[in-house]
Amino acid sequence: MNPIELPDASKAPARRGLKLWLSRLEGPQTMGRGPVFWAVVVLAVLAAVSYPAFANDYVVGNAAYFFVWTFMAMGLGVVWGYCGALSFGQTAFFGLAGYAYGVITINIGSAFGATWLALLLAVALGGVFALLIGYFMFYGRIKGVFVGIVTLSVTLVLETFMAQTAGPQWRIGDARLNGFNGMSGMPPLTVPWPGGDIMLYSGTALYYVLLGMVVLCYLGLRVLLNAPFGNVLVAIRENPERAEMLGYDIRLYQMLAFGLGGALAGLSGALYTAWGQYITPSSMGLTAAALPIVWVAVGGRRDITATLLGCLLVIAGFQSLTIYGSQYALVVMGALLVFTVLVTPDGLVFTAINRMGRLFKRVRR
Amino acid sequence: MTRILEVAKLNKSFGGVTVARDIDFVLEAGAMHCLIGPNGAGKSSFFRLLLGEHAPDSGTIGFAGDDITALRSFQRIRKGISVKFQVPGIFKALSVRQNLEIAFQYHLHGASLGETVRRVLEFTNLTGEIHTPAGVLSHGQQQWLEIGMAVGVEPKLLLLDEPTAGMSPDETRKTGEMLHELNARGITILAVEHDMAFVQQIARSVTVLHMGAIFAEGDIDEITAHPGVQEIYLGAADD
Repeated sequence: MNPIELPDASKAPARRGLKLWLSRLEGPQTMGRGPVFWAVVVLAVLAAVSYPAFANDYVVGNAAYFFVWTFMAMGLGVVWGYCGALSFGQTAFFGLAGYAYGVITINIGSAFGATWLALLLAVALGGVFALLIGYFMFYGRIKGVFVGIVTLSVTLVLETFMAQTAGPQWRIGDARLNGFNGMSGMPPLTVPWPGGDIMLYSGTALYYVLLGMVVLCYLGLRVLLNAPFGNVLVAIRENPERAEMLGYDIRLYQMLAFGLGGALAGLSGALYTAWGQYITPSSMGLTAAALPIVWVAVGGRRDITATLLGCLLVIAGFQSLTIYGSQYALVVMGALLVFTVLVTPDGLVFTAINRMGRLFKRVRR
Repeated sequence: MTRILEVAKLNKSFGGVTVARDIDFVLEAGAMHCLIGPNGAGKSSFFRLLLGEHAPDSGTIGFAGDDITALRSFQRIRKGISVKFQVPGIFKALSVRQNLEIAFQYHLHGASLGETVRRVLEFTNLTGEIHTPAGVLSHGQQQWLEIGMAVGVEPKLLLLDEPTAGMSPDETRKTGEMLHELNARGITILAVEHDMAFVQQIARSVTVLHMGAIFAEGDIDEITAHPGVQEIYLGAADD
């Protein structure tokens, strides 16, 4: 029997700073490692960068619209897939931040980069509201299916509230909330520029900004999930009692993960409002609340790469169905969810990537 | 000797069921002590009170000189209490290595974390299973993994709830050796155990709980010869 001897931590060489963070781009909590994986990632990004050269403005704008939703999906992936808390109400934070972006920009305008400040404030509001809801849920010992019930209730209450704000008394400064018809007339994201501000209406410029944000968010989440924080989230998902008995304040971690998920949903919401210059209460309704769950489940909730790819694929498919005449896009979404749950509970994309990886390894051998 | 655990007048009831009744209990630092008693005696409830999973109705719990009665579970763990559950409390979907890294990363980082994982793997005879998902280990290996997770950063007090439940005689013997090794390194051990042969292998002193109260306490030989204990526990076990 070998005795356990603790090594002297002060003498141990350790990776620090940027090197340490870069090393966490790969790790046990994220799929994909090694030069082949990163070559594929770089190729995918290059393909996305060159896409506008081969497609018309409408199609590129559509792709930008797809990117808008990925932040909410990745946030739900963190909360549900990694931390094990199924939130049915990410749209509450989406809608709140979307309205916040509208209210702020209608009141302060778009000059001097004010829309970016509005974006930041809207995201912060989504995050803080999620922290508040998370505090009451997790410190109130709510878990399992009840997290889904509480979060769904929150988003439906917000939807109902916003739908009855039609009267002229429902205004914040110059911004009318407009009830069920929703709020419009806010400026898009605007880049201050000598000789005239650049308005990022749906098109190539917005596409590139959103692509950059998606890549940064994806890489940032990989680092975070492979850091000790991500390990603890997975530990809580797997066995919360054991995680607490290792000295982790699991309620704090759950609340922080929920806050992060809320901030990312808020980012999607604020970007959605900036993209289309409108937001309605139905963005927080039952159908809207269910869709992120379909994207994340179909992609694969326990891996951020699968979540991102699954979200893009499902949204693109959903939109194609809607545009090209099918009346049954939502039915197909439901069927896809049932198929995933029954056949590939880890997610279609996750399972497909895993099988391809195994096949690739076998071929190399 | 220093007292590492001091429990005074501890009471806890759930409705009409009393699981802890005026428990006064002292554990010296460096001890290897067993709690025994028939089913429903209150052993596991006593552990849960020590761990902060249940709040006592009255009484105090002192650990290493501090009153920890009002602390939450994770705060007690950070003070140096560690636990191994009866049903292996491991992360079954994660690899053995991930289980150990998660267990130690609160205290250790970088190379020192890796080195500790390596030493614990050797200690628990799991070096060859480093990449194996913990859920597919044998029952005995899962128990050892959890012991490794509990002792990697050397707690002051290790609580073990039936550490050999479901183990083969050989695994039980090896577990006994492990616990002696840990105790020799200065870790105080308090174990709930049903297997009297194992109790005799590891414990120098024993406390008998009965109906939520301490029934007898003393040297293992005295306790096994105690007629009352034989009647309420050992005799009942033989029936």
